[in-house]
Amino acid sequence: MIKKLKELYIKADNEMGIDPRSDEVYAVAGLFDTPNEIIIAADKVSSSAYKDFDVHTPYPVHGLDDAMKLKPTKLGYFSFLFGLIGTISALVMIGWMSGIDYTSIVGGKPFFTIPPAIPITFELTVLFSGLVTVGVMMFLFNKLPWTNNPLMDTEYMKRVSSDKFGVIIKASDEKFNKEEAINYLKSLGSKDVSVIDKFKLREGNTRAPIFEKKFISALAATAIIAALGTYVTLNWLLFQDPFNFMWEQQKVTPQQPSEFFSDGFSVRTPPEGTVMRGFIPYEYKGLPDSMVKFLSNPLPVTQTVLDKGKTRYDTYCSPCHGYYGDGDSRLRGQFPNPPTIHSEKVRNWVDGNIYHVITNGQNVMPSYASQITREDRRAIVHYIRVLQRAKNATDEDLGITGKDTTGTQKNTQDTTTQNQPDTTK
Amino acid sequence: MWLTVYYGIGMWGNNSTIGWGFGIINFVFWIGIGHAGTLISAILYLFRQKWRTAIARFAEAMTIFAVMTAGLFPIFHTGRPWLAGYLIPYPNQNAIWVNFNSPLLWDVFAVSTYFTISLVFWGIGLVPDIAAMRERTKSGIKKFFYKIGSLGWSNSNRNWQHYERAYLILAGLSTPLVLSVHSIVSFDFAVSVLPGWHTTIFPPYFVAGAIFSGFGMVATVLILLRKAFHVEHIITIDHLEKMCKILLATGTMVGYAYGMELFIAWYSGNQFEQFAFINRIFGPYMWAYWIMIACNVGFPQLFWFKKVRRSIPIMLVIVILVNVGMWFERFVIIVTSLHRDFLPSSWAMFYPTLVDFGLLLGSFGFFFTFLLLFLRVLPAVSIAELKAVTPHAQPTIHLNGHDGPGKSDALPVEDIHIKSE
Repeated sequence: MIKKLKELYIKADNEMGIDPRSDEVYAVAGLFDTPNEIIIAADKVSSSAYKDFDVHTPYPVHGLDDAMKLKPTKLGYFSFLFGLIGTISALVMIGWMSGIDYTSIVGGKPFFTIPPAIPITFELTVLFSGLVTVGVMMFLFNKLPWTNNPLMDTEYMKRVSSDKFGVIIKASDEKFNKEEAINYLKSLGSKDVSVIDKFKLREGNTRAPIFEKKFISALAATAIIAALGTYVTLNWLLFQDPFNFMWEQQKVTPQQPSEFFSDGFSVRTPPEGTVMRGFIPYEYKGLPDSMVKFLSNPLPVTQTVLDKGKTRYDTYCSPCHGYYGDGDSRLRGQFPNPPTIHSEKVRNWVDGNIYHVITNGQNVMPSYASQITREDRRAIVHYIRVLQRAKNATDEDLGITGKDTTGTQKNTQDTTTQNQPDTTK
Repeated sequence: MWLTVYYGIGMWGNNSTIGWGFGIINFVFWIGIGHAGTLISAILYLFRQKWRTAIARFAEAMTIFAVMTAGLFPIFHTGRPWLAGYLIPYPNQNAIWVNFNSPLLWDVFAVSTYFTISLVFWGIGLVPDIAAMRERTKSGIKKFFYKIGSLGWSNSNRNWQHYERAYLILAGLSTPLVLSVHSIVSFDFAVSVLPGWHTTIFPPYFVAGAIFSGFGMVATVLILLRKAFHVEHIITIDHLEKMCKILLATGTMVGYAYGMELFIAWYSGNQFEQFAFINRIFGPYMWAYWIMIACNVGFPQLFWFKKVRRSIPIMLVIVILVNVGMWFERFVIIVTSLHRDFLPSSWAMFYPTLVDFGLLLGSFGFFFTFLLLFLRVLPAVSIAELKAVTPHAQPTIHLNGHDGPGKSDALPVEDIHIKSE
């Protein structure tokens, strides 16, 4: 297995172009020993008729750029430009995302301001600029990768990547002549001049191996498989529930039986004397009516209060007392009908007395203190007064409304109800 | 680690008072260690400190691995590491964007940018060296990878010209970057309102501490490395001595920061601030505080003496203590500030669990695995850069009229590349 793999690698390696070389000359190369020699040689070559030459050194030698008469690199412009693009895109991104598209208040601050955006803007500036600098340097200026560079695997390359300095004159130069170039390099003082041939590409193949169909399709297949694999895995992971201890908790939910309590109920009855939140115990509970006949209703009469009183009355009182307080129960005799609230007696009660009856209960009527809040009971009292006034309205009352009173019939309904026995005592 | 992933971070010693435990301590610790590499390669490069070349490559590699190690901890600390992708602002199915006002998000950007730029910096430094190794490898698997890695680099001066400029620009970009990363990490603390965290000295204090701990770790590993690989002639005692001087300087800066924190606590007149620091020094975690003071401020003071600076065993002991001390610094900052906050009813102590210690130990394992792999397959010392600063490596003549001493008597450059095997 490993042996096969090794063979495969060697084959792939050879296909990038090692052996054998073609007969076509790539360049003539000369080696020099010291940095000073290479500077002088580079200066002479750059002043000569040869234009297509290059100098190879194991490390950057200062002054060689001048000697080769190279123009200064334009890399800095790219770095600056893309740094600027990074800055602007960071600000636009943050501004749009947090200022326009998804505004959320954080600590009462404005949606978009510059100070909190500075760190990310700086980082993106550096990121853009740095990556572009390296990318441009490697791929645009230096035209790498160049995997079948003819200089690879030559004695010349071995020397110049270690401790020697070299000049090559390429065959692509207009003035190139193999013998002349060898003699020229020797005249510069090079002690070791060699001829470097191009790699032989496989027959019928003029493209670089990296652009071969097989390679490209293998690359594409790998990319697609990797992308799909990542996509599926990530999606699968996203919809996993890794632990569900959080939503299967040991807690009591409504209507659930309990094994813990002997009566099997999970909902417990509150202990004696427990006061519900918002309910204040009624001071006159269980006391006779005489104690409360001086109590007034502190709640102001407003439209809101009356509306509320109507709602509460219709909800809690009307099933027995009827919508207008006539004692016409909707329960159709299944429960004893209460007396009317329009009797002389009830109309003469102070507000406190009605309130007391609602709170305390009376005869068969139970206490409503646990169902209706204090304030709502008072609102109901006001509403009962409204009903009483409306039922026993006089002509003067109609005068208040400014309507024509002639022809209105006197309401006689109350006389029938008033004959019912008084059961309030 | 599996326990953490499966059961969540309830396996850690964190509780509702001390919400940040070992996870964040380890994160800050490793990020700090990651600062030495880029400092050496970028800032010392701009200052033309030539001695840096012997240790730069190694320190850069250390940076990358330390940042990788550090990056694991916040991801685990999220509790659902597979959802860490939500930290990146991309148009996701929830149609929400990240909170750009949060220092924790700044961290995401700072750490990932730092990692990317450090990786690129390290990568372009490697290209010429891989090319040199390519020329010395016979056909085979190794050669294949070296060939790919070197991108066909041929040492052409037309390439070197752009290469040098790119290196300079990257150094210029990395210099503010390296300072920004730990500043932003310190914002995680300083932007909160907790006494002991809410101080303006945090960014410079953290950066000094990061350089300190980074150099501590570089020195620790280098001392062992030069012995194991017999490269004492390349990473010389002079290099180590210079690192000791930097350790002394940054250690004293950190000491100044400790003192300044106490001074401000007193000078501010803020009783919460004062309590936080008195509690730090004399409270239940006073042992951690005094370990920190001794290891970070005390022992490095021995580096004033030249004999100590040039003695390998003493140096090794001190730099290991520096690593310990810097870990405890983060422990002190995080745990003692949190464990007694404004509300005495919520005061608590921090009890790390076995899982915590396992992750701490595992992070060292993770880091050293990568480091040793790097030492095995790639050149640990920058070959090309080191050659460029060897004596007589640069020409003595200048062509623009100011000729040097004429014909040079320069010696051939010593062949000092390190083979990978």
